[in-house]
Amino acid sequence: MKKVCFYVLLISVFIFTAWGAATADELALLTWKGYAPKVLVEKFKKETGIDVKVTYTNNEEMIAKLRATRGAGFDLAQPSQDRISSVQAKYKIYQPIDLSKIKTDQVIASMLEAVKKNTMVGGKPHAVPFCWGTSGLVVNKKLAPDAKDYSDLLNAKYAGRVSYRLKRPTLIALAFAMGDDPFAKYSDAKAYEGLMEKVGADMIKAKGLVKNYWTNGDALLQSMRSNEVYVAMAWDGGGWKLFAENPDIDFVAPESGALGWIDTFALPAKAKNVDGAYKWINFMLRPENAAVFTNMEKYGTASNGAVKLLDADVKGNFERCFPQKDIDNVKWYPPVPAKLEGIEGKILDKVKAAK
Amino acid sequence: MKHQKRWALFFFLTPVILWLFLLIVLPHIDLLIMSFRIENDAGEMVWSLSNYAQFFEEPIYWRTFVRTAVYSILVTFLTFVIALPVALYITKVVAPRFQGFLTLLLLLPFWVSELVRVYGWMILLRESGVINHFLIKLGILNRPVEMLYNDATMILGLIYTSMLFMIVPLIAVLESLDNSLIEAAYDLGANMWTILFKIIIPHATPGIVSGSIVVFMLTLGNYLTPNLMGGKNSLWFTEQIYNQFIASFNWNQGSAFGFLLLVLSSIVVWLGLKLTRQTLRTVVK
Amino acid sequence: MQIDLSVRNITKKFKDFIAVKSVSFDVKDGQFFSILGPSGCGKTTLLRMIAGLTEPTEGVIEIRGKSMVGIPPNKRPVNLIFQQLALFPMMNVGENIAFGLFRRGEKKTIIKKKVETILERVELSGFENKKIDQLSGGQKQRVAIARCLVLEPAVLLLDEPLGALDLKLREQMKVELKKLQAKVGTTFVYITHDQSEALVMSDFVAVMNNGEFEQIDTPQNLYNNPKTPFVAQFVGDNNTWTGRIRQCDKYIAEIETDEGHLFRTKVEDAFQTGLSVDLFLRPEAMLIQPAPNIANLNRFKVIIKSILFDGANSQLLATRPDSKKELLVALPQNRQYDYIQVNDNIEIGWNEQSGICFPRKQLP
Repeated sequence: MKKVCFYVLLISVFIFTAWGAATADELALLTWKGYAPKVLVEKFKKETGIDVKVTYTNNEEMIAKLRATRGAGFDLAQPSQDRISSVQAKYKIYQPIDLSKIKTDQVIASMLEAVKKNTMVGGKPHAVPFCWGTSGLVVNKKLAPDAKDYSDLLNAKYAGRVSYRLKRPTLIALAFAMGDDPFAKYSDAKAYEGLMEKVGADMIKAKGLVKNYWTNGDALLQSMRSNEVYVAMAWDGGGWKLFAENPDIDFVAPESGALGWIDTFALPAKAKNVDGAYKWINFMLRPENAAVFTNMEKYGTASNGAVKLLDADVKGNFERCFPQKDIDNVKWYPPVPAKLEGIEGKILDKVKAAK
Repeated sequence: MKHQKRWALFFFLTPVILWLFLLIVLPHIDLLIMSFRIENDAGEMVWSLSNYAQFFEEPIYWRTFVRTAVYSILVTFLTFVIALPVALYITKVVAPRFQGFLTLLLLLPFWVSELVRVYGWMILLRESGVINHFLIKLGILNRPVEMLYNDATMILGLIYTSMLFMIVPLIAVLESLDNSLIEAAYDLGANMWTILFKIIIPHATPGIVSGSIVVFMLTLGNYLTPNLMGGKNSLWFTEQIYNQFIASFNWNQGSAFGFLLLVLSSIVVWLGLKLTRQTLRTVVK
Repeated sequence: MQIDLSVRNITKKFKDFIAVKSVSFDVKDGQFFSILGPSGCGKTTLLRMIAGLTEPTEGVIEIRGKSMVGIPPNKRPVNLIFQQLALFPMMNVGENIAFGLFRRGEKKTIIKKKVETILERVELSGFENKKIDQLSGGQKQRVAIARCLVLEPAVLLLDEPLGALDLKLREQMKVELKKLQAKVGTTFVYITHDQSEALVMSDFVAVMNNGEFEQIDTPQNLYNNPKTPFVAQFVGDNNTWTGRIRQCDKYIAEIETDEGHLFRTKVEDAFQTGLSVDLFLRPEAMLIQPAPNIANLNRFKVIIKSILFDGANSQLLATRPDSKKELLVALPQNRQYDYIQVNDNIEIGWNEQSGICFPRKQLP
């Protein structure tokens, strides 16, 4: 019996050390779909010997996952820049980023500066930019030639042919379309709640028009391809993917302004492989790698110099859809103060529950 | 010897107890505590019942709750209605050598994940999907209709997902039903329906109840199927819990909802057992 | 007398196997009719066809003059008692018995009365609320019978209902069943593989083999005058010999057995000399130490090999001095033969009228 006991102990020790050893050469990455292309993961492994283990998610789940473990389990996360500071202040799920370990000359200076400012908590920055893009409309121009603004998502003309997410960007977009400025009301929870209730009421009224509230980007693209949906609120990258297949479908920067976001790199509080994380950040921002990502996913890059390496049609996308006046009109998300998510959550629940 | 026996018992029991305690009891205690705490205006966590009060004050929450319960019961009942003939066919009609094969066919869809199965249904039912395509080809429809995103499809999906968990206990219990009982009832003047209600269903009650409990619990706790197939009109209590945890970052509210769901399922199962005069002991056997 | 059950040329085929081959018979009102045969002879299939649980391939079944073709079992005026009884375990005794009455839509008060009466008849008064698993084997038996009899069927079919009982109870139930049948007067069709059950209870017995009826007759005739070698062999114990006809005058033949012994026996026909025959002889036909003055006996000496004591069924196992063939001789327990010991040399004799002789079937 003593022998058995000894073996059990021996085996468990072996398993634990093996586990520990494996994590040293592994990078657990919590990110969005498409943000870690396979070719780059393989190239990174060849260069550094580190295996990147990717988990796909979205902003909300990213926060929930890290909150549940108090910042453990992942070595690197990629939240949007506006979702970092208040979450960090409250839950302490990230650690400050050491900009001296980042090859900052690889990053577009203005974007680096903006992210640094927006993620400053306790006097320390918590993220560096990776890519950017906008949310706007993806429109089938042949079937819905007049769809120009978010308000068309509630337009009876497109009954049954409209799709959007039941998430906060939709609320904000519709608030802009109403001529209001939700970002200006960020600091005033009461006023913000009033505005959101108005938006919610409109969404409930127009609920019969919406085909479905999409949750999966690929599924939305499929619905647009098959002409089930004419007008959707989605990211520019998705619209451009469809444009490459069928020039009738394209991204449209809405008249009340596309919503601009920047996704970042941030280090979870209990990241194990911090060195590996920095290596991955620098690797992904290297112009030739950043260009691979942008050519594939169509999202804009924060990498300085990658633009030169982009395919002609990817460059064409920006030029076609973002003339200067639309670029100037992009509404960049400011950091979200605490408590707003609760207000929005309740409105979204009400919309979902409405008949 | 005796000492060794006790040691062995301890050795095998410890992982079970640890598992139960660490993975089931402990998280639930944590959630229970969390459900009684809220953040006051000063940002401090204090004890309160307001998470539960919120549920009763806000109609969308308790309406969703009731709707989830009613639909889960409906799904359980429909699953039973569909599963019983299938189980009867497999156990009583078909030649014994095909029984295994048919059971295997039933198992087959469960070798892929629920997500894949639900997407399968979506490919069939969507507006540009397979069924619409054939109906138009056959001239039954002249333009495609959207078959997804309504309550009927959602129920269909839920039934499909939980079918096996009803059929398997039914097959097990019907296999133990002596054919001569059915023949005797027939011989004594009973018709098909009397045989079904007086002989088959009373005999199968333990299997029906255990199948129903599993199906009810699975349906009540399902998130994926109502969300994907029900689309914009689905509304499932698990979704509310998910939203509280993920979208609103309100874990305390989410925990309270979770406990309400636990209480609901316990009450329904208890009522079901009482109504059918079964005990949990005979049913889990 | 009215004919309750009439079966005409009934045949049942299962794919390439013929279970019942063109069987015909009539059962008169109030008769106890048994079908006796080894397992697998097709008797259960036949019974199930009468009950309507199995569809015949060919032929007609009439009950009280009405054709049963296309009539499902729940509409037939017959009831079947299953081998395993098939009492409904989810109901109590009263509900079991009332089951058929409720299906007929009879009034509750009448049903209650009828259940009471029939329970009294099977001597289970007051058992209404007992659960099935609280009953003994014999009580279950009687509940099963009551459940069918309460419906007053034209014919009651019984599928070896005593098979599951132990010996003592079986003997007792045999007598009870016969008495009950006499009392209620319902026509019984009883199938069994146990010859004693069939012989004790029945008015008529049909012996079935390989899907066919070999003989339908009274128990006495079956035993004393079997019409086929199968019946002779299947009903009762036998000594058998094979041999040839040496000479045959009208009804008495002289047979030389394969062992070279000569016997005289009655025959049904005038057989040709040299014909191969089977000779059957009941153990009780052999007389021990017959008095010298009894005529027409085949007499011979035997050596006692062993005494098989079995109460009323005791027998002697003996061989002739010049042969190894073992013979069974009934040993009446009337103390007259207590002196017989193993290895005794005694004389045995049998009357030439007791032998049963059939020509041998030519092997195909």
